Amino acid sequence: MTMSTNPVPQEDCEVCEASGTDADATLKAIMVDVLGIDAQDAAEFGPETGLFGHLPELDSMAVAGLLTEIEDRLGIVIEDDEVDGEMLETYGGLLNFAEAKLSDT
Amino acid sequence: MKLKSWTAPRPSGEASEEMAVTLGTGRAAKLLILPAWFDEANKLRRLTLETMRRLHEAEIDSVLPDLPGCNESLSSLKAQTLEGWRAAAEAACDQFGATHVLAIRAGALIAPQNLPGWHYAPLAGSKLLAALLRAQTMAEREAGRQVTRQDMLEQGREGGLVLAGWALGARMVRALEEAASAETAKQSTIEASDLGGPGLWLRAEPAHDAAQAERLAQIIANGISSESAA
Repeated sequence: MTMSTNPVPQEDCEVCEASGTDADATLKAIMVDVLGIDAQDAAEFGPETGLFGHLPELDSMAVAGLLTEIEDRLGIVIEDDEVDGEMLETYGGLLNFAEAKLSDT
Repeated sequence: MKLKSWTAPRPSGEASEEMAVTLGTGRAAKLLILPAWFDEANKLRRLTLETMRRLHEAEIDSVLPDLPGCNESLSSLKAQTLEGWRAAAEAACDQFGATHVLAIRAGALIAPQNLPGWHYAPLAGSKLLAALLRAQTMAEREAGRQVTRQDMLEQGREGGLVLAGWALGARMVRALEEAASAETAKQSTIEASDLGGPGLWLRAEPAHDAAQAERLAQIIANGISSESAA
């Protein structure tokens, strides 16, 4: 399985600092801050890396904080009914969700 | 460090006895520290206490009171109001003779405005409430109950509710929706990035970062010494 990448080259994207492949970098930076891991470890996060239900420290309070941080840093709004098991179960699910949200805005 | 008791006024007119951690030897500068709230209070407790130790080395006394209903307090959290906590912060300031204030995260919502000082990574009431509502919504959904943040907020406005384990009264919920910290001419903001690392409240597991405590104490010590030099 391969990750989709942003078709817009970075230099052409003046206003959307946090879009496309940047979503990946932003999400990984958030993982570093929330999980207290090294950037190097976060860099190895792939589509199948397990999150909610796989990492015991990610309880509902921590996930709530994670989602709020994603909203703030990516400038998106995440509705209650968009939060489901599939979106949170793996890193790939979360990234796909974030990229889809960014392409809607 | 010493534990001391102080008296917080209650909205009903009586008073409650609360605890405070103090560190100092009666020096000229005394910093009142208003802690972060709820879950964030736990995650930032060590940073807060380590900052006090470093301030002590920099000849600054400090006092960290429990808010009524929080930490060691015997008062009911559900009975607390935002105005009540503002009055409690003023009372702690008077009783301990604070000269400056450091308000952490949501603590900035109740900082006495007449004291010079700092807001560290201030958090608006609406954001605090949103995070608690989201956590509770997720916990409810995991348990198979389909609720929305909006439903819970409406319930909270009417009769209060328990959010992520914290029992909030209706007055507190309604006040938090509107509450924002007011940066006054005397109080400035220290951003999370000013401490050179991510905010420790973000951590899923509580963690410590000695360098952040050092930096926070340094910013405060520099601020106080430049004042006395002026």
